Amino acid sequence: MKEAALLVRLLADPAEARAVPPAAWTGLLAAARAEQLIGTLACRLDGLDLPDPVLALLRDARAGAAQARMSALWEAEMARRALEGLRIPVILLKGTAFVAAGLSAGIGRSIGDLDILVNRADLPAVEAALIAAGWEWVKEDAYDDLYYRQWMHELPPLIHRTRDRMIDVHHTILPPTARPTPDAAALVADSVTLENGLRMLCPEDMIVHAVAHLFADGDLAGGLRNLWDIDRLLRDFSAEDGFWERLEARGRLHQLGKPLARALRLAERLYGTRVDPDLAGPARVSDALYVRRLLVRDGWGRQRRPVTRFAFYIRSHWLRMSPLMLARHLWIKARKG
Amino acid sequence: MRYRLSLKVGPIGFRIGSAWPGPIAALRGLYAGYPGPDDGIADFTVRLEPERPWRRWLRPSVAIHGDHMLPDAAPLALAHGLLAAEMGMNLQMALGLRRYLLLHASAVERDGRALVMTGESGAGKSTLAALLGERGWRLMGDEFALLDPASGALHPFPRAVSLKNSAIALMAADVPEDRFGPVLEDTPKGRIRHLRPRADAIARMADPATPALILFPRYGHARAIRPIGPAEVFVRLTQASTNYVSLGEAGFRALTGLVAATPACAIDYPDTEAAVSLVETLWANLDS
Repeated sequence: MKEAALLVRLLADPAEARAVPPAAWTGLLAAARAEQLIGTLACRLDGLDLPDPVLALLRDARAGAAQARMSALWEAEMARRALEGLRIPVILLKGTAFVAAGLSAGIGRSIGDLDILVNRADLPAVEAALIAAGWEWVKEDAYDDLYYRQWMHELPPLIHRTRDRMIDVHHTILPPTARPTPDAAALVADSVTLENGLRMLCPEDMIVHAVAHLFADGDLAGGLRNLWDIDRLLRDFSAEDGFWERLEARGRLHQLGKPLARALRLAERLYGTRVDPDLAGPARVSDALYVRRLLVRDGWGRQRRPVTRFAFYIRSHWLRMSPLMLARHLWIKARKG
Repeated sequence: MRYRLSLKVGPIGFRIGSAWPGPIAALRGLYAGYPGPDDGIADFTVRLEPERPWRRWLRPSVAIHGDHMLPDAAPLALAHGLLAAEMGMNLQMALGLRRYLLLHASAVERDGRALVMTGESGAGKSTLAALLGERGWRLMGDEFALLDPASGALHPFPRAVSLKNSAIALMAADVPEDRFGPVLEDTPKGRIRHLRPRADAIARMADPATPALILFPRYGHARAIRPIGPAEVFVRLTQASTNYVSLGEAGFRALTGLVAATPACAIDYPDTEAAVSLVETLWANLDS
């Protein structure tokens, strides 16, 4: 829809914001909020001469993002303290990693839960240490709990009793039921240490993880934000020597070469990211469908194009589990209402 | 959306869209005389829409959506569309506001100084503020008071007063009929009727005031004035604020500043007339 397309243009080229007529701002800002990109947009447009009500709204969004950053870092510190006695590698993922490492993907980003990655063998110890430090189970349902433990790439979500914040403890970056099987041991082994002893994925793995998150971990809802992460990470790291070769190798290692190529093409198309043409590969007809799906948000913050969205929803489950398993899962979910 | 209305309440601009004409027509009547948002740019969007496409025609029910949403909010009957709009606007303020520390409180102003009243629902803060607004005070708001963290000033939020049950008849004695909205029967909150504030409260919606007195009123008890220590005032106000936590340090500074500079007490009252006289007494004693 045109508001989502305008949002994408302004993120890529903030100077265009001066040409946005007053009547278009409410819809643009509603779309940015719904895509969880309002803080990012506010930071991109900082310093431009815009209508006063827009400046006030963007100031609020920047203050919100600054607060989100601070509480995300604090939550990471709380997890660090809870887990430091275990002497195991603890890797920050997604938004918290971006702000902890000062990456441009973290500027203005909304951050919800704390996502960490540990070795699968360390899960029981991590779970016990977190529960001892005040985290509790969110899902009481036995089927959901079992499902998570058997088939997911993370523990069932835990929430902290007093701080009311969630933590997702991952042992890999895709559900084991998904067809690609990322090399979880390599994710941990090649991670990079941060100042406080916590770790983050190496740059190439961070991008591969963002790709996995964009395509496989959901129906492309929130895709504009995930694709923005990819754009920013590429801009931060692609100038380094041998980057594209390493990225290609990591994509192959984690069995995500094709989604990676698709993400590069989409980032180039929507955000004007400079990508390696060989790695991105030739444009495919289906790329246009992805673009169509990514731009469903209208100026009231609603998702339009229900048929396109439904197709991607089916696809997301298809990628995550075999048909028989999907049938069983949907049957149990439906009976529970 | 097909039916829409933009309006400004205090410093906050809203855009309300609806799948049905009814709620917007009712809002337009109730909010007659309110300005639009500056430059037409709204701070918050509210959507009144069917939960499922067919519920637009078939047993229509209004889901309250917008920039900020509660996942499990129950939809309302189409006849209660005005209440849905009110709840939608409240929700945006409660979940989305960052510019001000939001206090779930009513407020009235006299001589540039504000009286803030807060308490659990049913304590009578809303009715009391509405009544004072007809008796020589400027109504700043019956639901939210907005504290500016930078200046410590209180900004008005003079939305249409939401009167419930017995408060409707009470206000009808003081207020001409043309300032009332339609009667909404059997809502989840009982019988509701909205009241447009006096024209001066709307005309002066951009004028802040300095907090001068904080009251914790309690309805249905023998007349009493009870002192409350600053620590308890502070804790009660954190509970009355929806965005105290999300504002972080700015929220803490704003609230401690307010509590340090503003006298506070609890009042018990058997009926509204007693409350009005209590308020006037306390207010008169402020300067002495």
